[in-house]
Amino acid sequence: MLLIRCPYCEQERPEVEFSFAHQAHKPRPEAAGEPLDDHNWARWVYYQKNIKGVAHERWNHAAGCRKFFNAARDTVSSEIVATYKSGETPPVPESRIEGEDLSFDYENAEGGA
Amino acid sequence: MVAQPAKKQRFNALALFRNALSYHQNWEQQWRSPEPLEAYDVVIIGGGGHGLATAYYLAKEHGITNIAVLEKGWIGGGNTGRNTTIVRSNYLWDESAAMYEHAMKLWEGLTQELNYNVMFSQRGVLNLAHNLTDVRDTQRRVNANRLNGIDSIYLDAAGVKKVVPGIDLRGGGRYPVMGASYQPRGGTAGRYPVMGASYQPRGGTARHDAVAWGYARKCDEMGVHIIQNCKVTGFDIEGGVVKGVQTTKGRIGAKKVGMVPAGHSSVLASMAGFRLPVESHPLQALVSEPIKPTIDTVVMSNAVHAYISQSDKGELVIGAGVDQYISYGQRGSQHLAEETLVAICELFPQYKRMKMLRQWGGIVDVCPDASPILTSTPVDGMYLNCGWGTGGFKATPGSGHAFAAHIAKGEPTELTAPFALSRFETGFLIDEHGAAAVAH
Repeated sequence: MLLIRCPYCEQERPEVEFSFAHQAHKPRPEAAGEPLDDHNWARWVYYQKNIKGVAHERWNHAAGCRKFFNAARDTVSSEIVATYKSGETPPVPESRIEGEDLSFDYENAEGGA
Repeated sequence: MVAQPAKKQRFNALALFRNALSYHQNWEQQWRSPEPLEAYDVVIIGGGGHGLATAYYLAKEHGITNIAVLEKGWIGGGNTGRNTTIVRSNYLWDESAAMYEHAMKLWEGLTQELNYNVMFSQRGVLNLAHNLTDVRDTQRRVNANRLNGIDSIYLDAAGVKKVVPGIDLRGGGRYPVMGASYQPRGGTAGRYPVMGASYQPRGGTARHDAVAWGYARKCDEMGVHIIQNCKVTGFDIEGGVVKGVQTTKGRIGAKKVGMVPAGHSSVLASMAGFRLPVESHPLQALVSEPIKPTIDTVVMSNAVHAYISQSDKGELVIGAGVDQYISYGQRGSQHLAEETLVAICELFPQYKRMKMLRQWGGIVDVCPDASPILTSTPVDGMYLNCGWGTGGFKATPGSGHAFAAHIAKGEPTELTAPFALSRFETGFLIDEHGAAAVAH
């Protein structure tokens, strides 16, 4: 079980008090200046970075202060590198996947049936 | 240069006798470990059950034998060897029922087909219902199964007791009766009272490593190259068309690439430049010390995500739930295993003093609708089979068979079309969360 420091309660509490709330810093399409169509909506609702390494995630202190906050957590070792309040800048960057190649514009490519 | 086939000796009683005379020292190698060629017609990434089955059916049904299967570890060392070996096809939705029943039919002839004993044991699978909502959901699913031609029966509590005499219908007796929970002959009802169950007699278990080994052996026989300890590090993509893969054993050219990762589909997709709607979670299982035969079927509980069966060695094989957070570390949290064991002990009080021998975790890629993805991708010539979540093992032959047809034709088939990546945009989700007899 993880020990998670809630940045609002300012103390370490057991994982069972918290709910995992998926990827952090994920703007809605219109907030990112993109049209709210099926493609962008699916990207926002369903698609995840699912990073192997340090990832920014949202957690909810469900059985405590009930506030949402963010954590930078290593998804391999489960080490929580930092927790920080919503709206704050992440103290550490996310890991990039080795060999990651985002040079081609697949978002607008045909296919994916 | 094309991969050369190698005829295998048959496994049968005579061969067993003959090899006994030489103290079983002279059984031939089951599959070779060749160095990769410069290029193949099809490269399959992932040497688990699904990947090997894909290669096997590509060779057998579609005449494509110039195939390499790349495995970053060793054959049978990933999720194929980490699951709880349960096979069933009693899924709610038509699309899933078609896929899993397709697999079930292949399971039934697999040992003969592969000439390899996969120890497929159709001992029946029960999915328990603990409250009125469970009962209604279960009956609905049983009816849906029957409309799809899948053997599925609803049993009331007495019926469950008949199939599983060892079960405590009160589910422990920890708490007194509250309201309208099940009350057998008075007394106290527990936390997990059993009110009924769905029963699929054709469900059961199979020896999971044997499935991988059997497919690997047949693949090798047909000339497929099985390349172990070969990790993919990138893709060669030119103008949106895949040309090959970069690996720890150098570049391997490919006309088509089939990705069949179990717990690293996002990592592979990132290398190819696209993202997926999957999250990787640890799923854990544990086995007890071996005991004499005590339970001759498979019992699963939706409400507590606990399932139990007994292996041929006599160990109780128990599966737990997934951790709530994303993880690529192949281990789960202690409290999840504990919750599962509490439920198992309340349903089967006679197991309370048993010792657990081993506990392990595997990484499962879960889709938002708990159904897999079998799809073409934004990259031409690249196909993806992933996202089987917590229930991929049972689909192994069906998944491989359907995916092979998809790769060979280069377009979706009747079976794979509903599982396309585009369903997350069109909204045609196949929502098996909770519907598929266990909570995923």
